[in-house]
Amino acid sequence: MSSILEINNLSLSFGGVKALQDVSFRVPENTVTTVIGPNGAGKTSLFNCISGFYKPQQGTIRYQGEVLAGVKPPVRAAMGLARTFQNIALFRGMTVLDNIKLGAHVHMKSGLLGSLAYFGAARREEMAVRSHVEQHIIDFLEIDHIRRQPVASLSYGLQKRVELARALAMRPKVLMLDEPVAGMNREEKEDMARFILDIREEWGVTVLMVEHDMGMVMDISDHIAVLNFGQVITEGLPEEVQKNPQVIEAYLGTSDMDSLRKKLNPEQEVA
Amino acid sequence: MRIGDAKQSYEADEAILTSSTQKIWFALFLFALLLFPFVADAYLLYLGCLVGIAVISTTGLNILTGFTGLISLGQAGFMGVGGYTVAWLSANTGLPFPVTLLLAGLLAAAVGILVGLPSLRVKGLYLAIATLAASVFLHFIFAEWESVTGGMGGLSLEPAHLFGLTFQSDFGMYFIIVPLAVLMVLAAKNVFRTRIGRAFIAIRDRDISAEILGINLLHYKLMSFALSSFYAGVAGGLFAYFFRVVTPESFPLSMSIFYLAAVIVGGMGNLLGGILGAAFMTLIPEALKLLTAALTPFYPNAPIFMSPMLEIIFGALIVGFLIFEPHGLAEIWHRIRRFFSLWPFKN
Amino acid sequence: MDWLFFGEISLAGLAMGGLYALIGLGFVIIYKATRVINFAIGEIMMFAAYLFLAFAGGMEMSPWVALPLAVLGGSLLGGVIEKIMIRPMLGESSISVVMVTIGIASILVGVVEMIWGADPQLLPSFLPRKPVFIGEMYLAPKIAYGFLIGAALLIVYLLYFRFSRGGVALRATASDQAAAYSMGINVRRVFNLAWVFGSLAASLAGVLVAATGGLSPQFGAIGLSVLVVVIVGGLDSIVGALIAGVFIGWLETVAGAYLGGEYRMPATFAVLAVILVFRPYGLFGTHEIERV
Ligand SMILES: Nc1ncnc2c1ncn2[C@@H]1O[C@H](COP(=O)(O)OP(=O)(O)O)[C@@H](O)[C@H]1O
Ligand SMILES: [Mg+2]
Repeated sequence: MSSILEINNLSLSFGGVKALQDVSFRVPENTVTTVIGPNGAGKTSLFNCISGFYKPQQGTIRYQGEVLAGVKPPVRAAMGLARTFQNIALFRGMTVLDNIKLGAHVHMKSGLLGSLAYFGAARREEMAVRSHVEQHIIDFLEIDHIRRQPVASLSYGLQKRVELARALAMRPKVLMLDEPVAGMNREEKEDMARFILDIREEWGVTVLMVEHDMGMVMDISDHIAVLNFGQVITEGLPEEVQKNPQVIEAYLGTSDMDSLRKKLNPEQEVA
Repeated sequence: MRIGDAKQSYEADEAILTSSTQKIWFALFLFALLLFPFVADAYLLYLGCLVGIAVISTTGLNILTGFTGLISLGQAGFMGVGGYTVAWLSANTGLPFPVTLLLAGLLAAAVGILVGLPSLRVKGLYLAIATLAASVFLHFIFAEWESVTGGMGGLSLEPAHLFGLTFQSDFGMYFIIVPLAVLMVLAAKNVFRTRIGRAFIAIRDRDISAEILGINLLHYKLMSFALSSFYAGVAGGLFAYFFRVVTPESFPLSMSIFYLAAVIVGGMGNLLGGILGAAFMTLIPEALKLLTAALTPFYPNAPIFMSPMLEIIFGALIVGFLIFEPHGLAEIWHRIRRFFSLWPFKN
Repeated sequence: MDWLFFGEISLAGLAMGGLYALIGLGFVIIYKATRVINFAIGEIMMFAAYLFLAFAGGMEMSPWVALPLAVLGGSLLGGVIEKIMIRPMLGESSISVVMVTIGIASILVGVVEMIWGADPQLLPSFLPRKPVFIGEMYLAPKIAYGFLIGAALLIVYLLYFRFSRGGVALRATASDQAAAYSMGINVRRVFNLAWVFGSLAASLAGVLVAATGGLSPQFGAIGLSVLVVVIVGGLDSIVGALIAGVFIGWLETVAGAYLGGEYRMPATFAVLAVILVFRPYGLFGTHEIERV
C-alpha cells in the first residue's frame, strides 16, 4: 500500500527539550493510523510539524510524494491536511454552523467586493457550502439540533464533534485527530469511533490519530506508531505493537503481560 | 428545526431579515430615516448628520477591533486621510462627491494597509502601538505638509456637488450621509455572512488555529485594516463636506479614543452595537450641553465644568461597560427585546 | 557644528532620559507582574504633579514635605486603580484591559481639570538654582537635580527588586504566576504592590518633569513617550527600559532642539516603527511562546 504521508528523520527541539528525535514513520493511504505514547512524548508536536506550525530542525515530511518544507500552514490546509486540536479550538464568537463553514474557507474563492455586496458568485458559493455542510456533514455527525447555537454553550463531547465537522468541511485527504475521545463518556466514544471508521470507509479519507484510549485504538487502527521521549519505538499492526516488549516497557512501565493486556484492552475486562 | 434540501430555503435562512416582523420593522425604520429631515429642526438635523458620520466610522473600527481583534488607535488619522483627500480634491479638481468620497476611502485603505503591515511580525498590543505611531505620523503630515494640507490653518472646501446639484445645507448633507451609512452598515453585515467575515472572527478568537485551518493571517489582517480604514476615510470625507473645513486638530488622538469608546459601549463585534454606540456617544456631549445650559442660571460656573465632565463620562463609560457589560448596549438592547417578545404575548 | 551646544543639549536630553528610564521602570514593573499595558501612566504622573502643586503651592507646605506626600498620593492612586478597575478584569482579553486603562486616563484628565482648571501652571521651584557645569557644558539646575533624585530612586528600586522579599515575590510572580501561587505567594497582593510601586516611580518622575516643564491637563501625553521607551526596550525588560529611556530622552531633546518641537514625537516614533519592524519584541524583550 502506498503511503500518503511519510515522516523521515524528523527532529524538533525547544531550547534543551528534544520534542522529536529522528522520528520516521509512514501513514499508509486510506488507513486509520494511530500514534500512541505517554504524555509529553511529542505527539502533538508531531502534528504541529505536519500542520506547518512548528518548523522541525531536521528531517522531511513528504505528503503525496511532495516534500512540505517551506509550505505555509494555510497552504497545507488547502492541500488536504485537516485537523482537530487536543485542546478544543473552536471559535467562540461563532455559531456551530459558522464554525463548520469556516472549515470550507480554503475551497472558496469569493473576494471582498463580492462579500460586501453578497451578490452573484459570492452568494452562490455561500449557498453551495451551506448545502454541502448541511447534507454531508451536519447530517452525518448528527448535530442538526445545535447548528444555531454558539459553540461555547455546548457540552465537551459535542464541541469535539463540531471540531470534527469543521475538519471535514476542509475536505481532507488526511484527517489528523489529536485525542478525539479524551474526556468523553462511553457512548460518545462509541459514536466517535463509528464516525472515524465511516470517514475512512465512505469518504476515503486517511485518518492519522493521537489517542490514549487503548480500547478504541486497538479496535479501529490499521496501523500504529509508538512514540516515547520523542522517538519512534516501533510501528506496525495493532497486534504486533501490542506484543512488542519494548513498547510494554516504555509505554506502560511494566513487562507483566497480563496487566498490560488489561490496560490495553479494558473493554474485554468489562465485557 | 429541520431545514429542507431545497436551495431556496437556505437562502431564506441565511437572509439578514428572516421573519416578516423583522422586515416590517426595518421598513418602518428606513421610512423614519427618510421622514426625519422633514420634521426635524435644524439642531436635530445637525445631530442626525453627526450620528450618521459616526456610525460609518464606528462600523469600520468595529470590523477591525470588534470582529478581527486588532485594536486601532489610528481611526482619527485614517479619517483625516479621507478628510484631507476630499478637501484637496474639491479644491484642485472639482470632482463630484461620489468620486471624491470613493478616492478618500481608497487612499485611507491604502494607508491602513501600510499601517497594518507590522502585523506580519507583531500582534496584539504591539500592533496597537503601531497604529498609535501611524496617528502621530499622520498628524505630523497634516500639520507640516503645507503645500498640500494648508498646514495648521488647514483647508476649507466647497460644498459637495453632483450633476449641478450642490449640497450646502445640513438638509442636503443628510441625504448623502444617511443613505451612505445605511448602505455601508448593510455591506458590513454582508461581509459577516461570508467566508471573509468568518475569517476575521476566527483570527480574533484563535489566530493560530485559524492559520492551521487555512486562513492566511497577514492577508486577512491587512484586509481588515483596509476595510476598516476605507470606512474611516469615507467618514472623514463626509466630515470634511459637512464642516467644510479640515485642520490637523479636526482629527486628534482623542477622536480615535472616542471611536474606540463607541465600539466598546455599543458592543464589540456587534454591528447593531456599533450603531447604538455611535449614536449614544455622539449624543452624550449634546445632552451634557443641554444640562449645562439648564444649570447655568443656578451655577454660573457650570460651563467651565462641561469639558472635564465629558472626559470623565467618556472614561467612566469605557471602564464601566468593560467591567459590567462587556457586550455593550447591544446586549442591553437584546435583553429589552426579549422582555417585550415574552410580554404580554409572544411575537 | 557647534559641539558645545550639541553637548549641552545631549546632556539635558540624557538627564531627561534618566527620568524616562524611571517612568519606564514603573511601567515595566506593572507589566511584568500583571501583564497589563498601562496607558494611564502619564495621567498618574500628572495627578501626582498636581498633588504636589496643591500641597506646595496651595497649602504652602515645604516642598520637601509636599514631594513625598504627592508621590505617596500617586502611588495610592495606582493601588486603588488596580483594586477597583483592573482586578475585575482579571482573565479578560488584554485588549479589554488596555482599554480600561485608556478609560482611566480619560477620567483622570477630567478630574484634574475639574479641580485645578485647564490652564497651564508652574510648580513652585524647590530644586537648587545654582547653575551646573560639567566641564564647559551648562546644564539647567532643575534638570540636573531632577535627574539626580530620579536616579537615586531608580537605584533604590533596582536594589529592592534584587534583594528584598517583596522584590523576590514580584519577580517570581512575573516569571510564573501559577508556580508563585503554589509557593504561597499572595499573587493578588503582588499585583497590587506592582501597581503601587510602578505608580510610585511614575509619580516621582511626574513631579520632577513638571518642575522643569510646567503642568497642564495635557501633561499625560508624556505617556506616549513612555510607551515608545518600553516598546523599544521590550515591555518586560528592566534593562531595556533603562537603556531605551535614556536613548529616547536624548533623541527627543536633540530632535526638538535641532529640528523644532514638532519633530520630537515623529523622531521617537520613527525609532519605534523601525523597532516594530525589525525587532518586534523590543531590544531586550522576550518573545512569548505560543502553543495550540
Ligand atoms: N511551543 C513549545 N515550547 C516549548 N516546549 C514545547 C512546546 N511545544 C511542546 N513542547 C515540549 O515538547 C514536549 C512534547 O510535547 P507534546 O508534543 O505536547 O507531547 P504530547 O502531545 O505527546 O503529550 C514536551 O516536553 C513539551 O513541553
Ligand atoms: Mg498532546
